[in-house]
This record gives sequence, structure tokens and C-alpha cells, in this order.
Amino acid sequence: MHEYSLVRSMADQVEQHARAHSAASIRRIAVRIGALSGVEPELFATAFTLCREGVLAEAVLDIRRSEAVWACPRCSAAIPAGAVLRCAACEVPARLIAGDEIILEQIEMEVP
Amino acid sequence: MCETCGCGDPNKVSVEVHDRILSVNDRTAAHNREHLVEGGVFAVNLMGSPGAGKTAVLEATARSLAGRSRLGAIAGDLETERDADRLRAAGVPAAAITTGSACHLDAEMVHKSLHDFPWRDLDYLFVENVGNLVCPAIYDLGQAVNVVALSVTEGEDKPLKYPVMFRKADLVLLTKVDLLPHLDFRVDDVLDALARVMPRPEVLRVSARSGDGIPGWVAWVEGRRAAQAEAAPAPAHPHHRA
Repeated sequence: MHEYSLVRSMADQVEQHARAHSAASIRRIAVRIGALSGVEPELFATAFTLCREGVLAEAVLDIRRSEAVWACPRCSAAIPAGAVLRCAACEVPARLIAGDEIILEQIEMEVP
Repeated sequence: MCETCGCGDPNKVSVEVHDRILSVNDRTAAHNREHLVEGGVFAVNLMGSPGAGKTAVLEATARSLAGRSRLGAIAGDLETERDADRLRAAGVPAAAITTGSACHLDAEMVHKSLHDFPWRDLDYLFVENVGNLVCPAIYDLGQAVNVVALSVTEGEDKPLKYPVMFRKADLVLLTKVDLLPHLDFRVDDVLDALARVMPRPEVLRVSARSGDGIPGWVAWVEGRRAAQAEAAPAPAHPHHRA
């Protein structure tokens, strides 16, 4: 389970932003996790509950999910999930357009 | 001022960040990569399930490249130095990273272990990751290529079950192919599964035990190393002149 170490990295990033804004507490953290990121959102949420201390004590975690989207880099035709990852018309390998994100998107904080 | 919900709370600040959560790891990986490429070292991140035959492939690789190239290895395991011991016995200088409970190697672990390792003398650095088809996939270590060992005893559907790992692979080594006559494993099925998770599926069949396919794998890694050297010529090593 690597989610705990990811949450730890995220908490470090959030705490840095909190310090930069002299925030008293963090209200909400929004992250984006893609279906092909290798991160299990439920485990990420569970791991987060273990990190809620200090400025993060009251923080709510908002996990935004994104599906895997594959497309042809040449003609932009979508390649459906589960299909061979190649554009049959252009005969080129598909490209992942979305779905591998592990991103800290937004932080809402309380400032004095 | 809160811009998210428009509540007008002057004590609420919303900050757009859009930073990769792994950005610290990615920076360390980029640092590792820069030094390895600069030193003329070709780094392979070898991943796969426990028992997929990663160490055996490296032993066979060492036999095949003996006297031709200088190999080194970093072996990650939760406990013990057994893999590193096996590689040393095969003539490969090897360092062990015992991760304790961590299920993967990260760029910082590799960075630290390189500090005490004569990596500048190498042509190839093989990083044998922790046996696991899930966690290692998301951590960039600074490698030139990702190679996944998949043994024929694991089942044809593993790529569909662990798409993240296989999507990141530059090459899949189908290992233990000497066992195929004793199994119901269908190679065509695994090739089909790989084509659905890897945009550029490259697969080589090997047996570390019989040596079948090892020359093809060694040629693949030598070709990739030559391409790296061409793209970023390393300053001449004193050893190379001998």
C-alpha cells in the first residue's frame, strides 16, 4: 500500500502552502486521481484520516476521479477502454489523454 | 476572499495548486537520471511479481555480458539481502535496499543507495524492484527503461488485472518459457492482453534456466543503451580505453 506515502507527500505540500499563507487551518483539499494512476481512492481516503493533525485536523478531502481516456494521436479518434491500444485507421499506438493523474488541485484554507 | 463558493468569507482563501503529488519523487528521479546518463550508465528498472524470475534473469544477463560490459545492481526487498547476495555470487556488484514495510522503491531510496555504490564504473545499472505488480509502477526512479518480468506460471490475464504496471513497461519479459510444455498457458492470450494495456507492446520470451531468449534480451538492452549513448554521449571513461 503506497497510498500512505502519497498522502504524506500531499500533506507536506499542503502544509507548505499553509505556511506561505500563514493559514490557521485547512478546510478542504481537492485532489484528482486517475483510473490508471495506480492509486486506489478509497485507500487514499483512509490513509488521509491517519494524517489529519495540526493544520490538517479539520480538513475535508475531496477526491475527484478521472477515467482513462485513450485516443489516436493522429486522427484523435477515441480508443475505447479494453480495446487494443492502437488506431486501426492510422496504424499508430494510442496515447493516454487522461487517467494517470495524481494531482493536488486546490486547497481551501482559513487565514487570520 | 473565498472564490470557490462565493460566500464572501474574508478569512477563507482558496488556492489553485495543480501540482503532482509525486513532484518531490519526480525531481529526485530526474536528478538520478541526469547523473546516470551523464556517467554513461544505462539504468533498468526491473519489476514483476515475487517469484517472476527477476533475479534469475539478471543472473543469466550477467553470464551473457560477462567480460563485455560492467553490470551493477540494486535489489529492493522488504527483508533480507538474498537477491543482492545471489547477484554478487553471479559476479555483479550489488547493493541491497531493505524497505522494511514499503512495497516499492522510490527515487530517494535509489539516490541514497547510489551514494555508497561505485555506479560510475558501470555500463548497466539494474534496479531490481520489490516484487509487486502494483506499487512500484507509480514511482519514477530515474531509470532509462522499465522492464516487467511476467512468468508463464502467473496466468495470461495478469496484464488486464494490473494495467498500470504494464502501461509503464517499455518491455515485458515473458519468463520461465522452458515450463510452457507443462502448462496450459497460451502465449497468444497474454500477447492479446498486453496489446490492450500497452500502447507499444514489446515482448520477449526468455528462460533464465535454459538460456533461451537471453541473447535477444541482451541485444534489446544493448540496443537501448547504444541509443542513450548516441543521444547523450558520455565523457570518455578511463576504463573504456583499455
